[in-house]
Amino acid sequence: MSTTVEPTRPATVRRATTPRTGGSRRRRWRLGEALVPVFAGLAFLYLLVPVAYTVAFSFNDAGKSNLVWRGFTLDAWRNPCGAPQVCEAFANSLRVGVASTVIATALGTLLAVALVRFRFRGRPLVNLLIFLPMSTPEVVLGAALLAQFLSLRVQLGLTTVVIAHVMFCISFVVVTVKARVASLDPALEEAAADLYATPWHAFWRVTFPLLLPGIAAAALLAFSLSFDDFIITNFNSGSFTTFPKFVYVSAARGIPPQANVISSFMFVLALVLVVVFQVVSSVRAGRRQRG
Amino acid sequence: MSIATVLGEGGPQAATPRRTRARGHLPLLLPGLVYLTLFFVVPVGALLATSLYVPVPGGDVGQYQPALHWQNYTDALAKFWPQLVRSFGFALMATIAALLIGYPMAYVIGVRARGRRLLQGLMLVLVVAPFFTSFILRTIAWKQILADDSFVVSALHWLHLLPPGGRLTATPFAVVCGLTYNFLPFMVLPIYASLERLDARMLEAGADLYASPFTTFRTVTLPLSMPGVVGGTLLTFIPASGDYVNSSLLGNNTNTSMIGQVIDARFFKVLDYPTAAALSVVLMVAILLLVGAYVRRSGTEELL
Repeated sequence: MSTTVEPTRPATVRRATTPRTGGSRRRRWRLGEALVPVFAGLAFLYLLVPVAYTVAFSFNDAGKSNLVWRGFTLDAWRNPCGAPQVCEAFANSLRVGVASTVIATALGTLLAVALVRFRFRGRPLVNLLIFLPMSTPEVVLGAALLAQFLSLRVQLGLTTVVIAHVMFCISFVVVTVKARVASLDPALEEAAADLYATPWHAFWRVTFPLLLPGIAAAALLAFSLSFDDFIITNFNSGSFTTFPKFVYVSAARGIPPQANVISSFMFVLALVLVVVFQVVSSVRAGRRQRG
Repeated sequence: MSIATVLGEGGPQAATPRRTRARGHLPLLLPGLVYLTLFFVVPVGALLATSLYVPVPGGDVGQYQPALHWQNYTDALAKFWPQLVRSFGFALMATIAALLIGYPMAYVIGVRARGRRLLQGLMLVLVVAPFFTSFILRTIAWKQILADDSFVVSALHWLHLLPPGGRLTATPFAVVCGLTYNFLPFMVLPIYASLERLDARMLEAGADLYASPFTTFRTVTLPLSMPGVVGGTLLTFIPASGDYVNSSLLGNNTNTSMIGQVIDARFFKVLDYPTAAALSVVLMVAILLLVGAYVRRSGTEELL
């Protein structure tokens, strides 16, 4: 499917072709080519400045509201649960995130395996059913579930939030895992069957370990979607408060710096994990190329 | 890993007929399908039903009974069409801005940084990094960045780019800026995914055939990255048109209200469920029609 070529360094390509291109035109394009990275650098700045603000204001000696810089302090970091409700909301978000991730990853992985490995009637319909929640805005998903919960007179709370999160995470899990299943060689499972493995054994001993990186990526995606979701949660939570909902609700009267502390902590934690993973995998890939 | 892969029948590998165990797919499919039916299909049905409800005669606020009152739709549209149109306008502007900002980023990561795996990986981390801080806190950071006494606004005043007394906060500009910002990674990642697969020999061939870098870009790179562009624009436009966090945190309540705000307010403040449901249905149908037309026009067959 993907045409992987030896990674060509753009520099060499350019050097090889320069004698052929016209002089003045080339100089203009050198400028243009130099501008692309500059522009991309500015774009990265645009992307990261608000993150820097969020982290910086966790060190702010905040008064009533945490919108204006009043001086450096470590108070909020020393006492991250100092503000009322903030840690409770954070714990709720973790609970919802873990529960929805586990359920959505399990259901989505099964769907992905079925869609790639089996031809069956109604497959386009299943694909459509998975595509639709992704192409529906969150307000509509939230409003639809709320309309159902209202008409069934279901008490809103932790359960309804988890139900909602699993629903919108499933599609993303399916898409992520599907790519991984499609890249697996079915001959491996057939080999397992030839060696008298039952389908059950073949799945757990052969397919599942090979799918694991895809499943892990899907689970991470599901967790980050669930953890940061506000709109659907707001519709289906009643008085139950998650971390994004806490931040949104307290925006009117001033967000405590503790919220910034928790957010910054999650940011640093995730960044460290991803960087370690990137470095490890690129070192491994480098070794594989050499070996 | 974009929408493009959802409905696509997979690569050539997936197209080859497979040894299938009879009915083996059912136990795998059923749990997920039952779940999506119960908590997506049925709720959308409930939404449709609710959109036609009428108030219980003589009942309290928020009490409705089943009916087929189609007038709810015309009433809702007559009252809230400006917010609906504005939502699509803002979402379109944010999508175009995100494309203009995101394409060069994806190009630098996917084409320029080829062969430097560590640099590529680190830039990708920076693209997804904002996801790890609460998006509401980041939106509030925009409120601070665009505030009247902020560095940005003072600089613009000093450069006379902003008229005296002009402000950025609580303007349509602030809302579009926030929308662009919030969905930018969704634009960058699919474009990166299709640029990354781009065969470097194609670009060399362009240069060998005396094409200027710009011509090579226009006739080779851009068309080959179209699946990513289509996926990215959809992943930006759809959530942006329904968003109400940016418009309520960065906007004012007069000329920046978006449809999501109206739906939320109808549901929770006015308890006017039929109008809220009718507006949700209109939004969903409008987006599906727009997406369908867009996908057909852009000719990326692998999408549908």
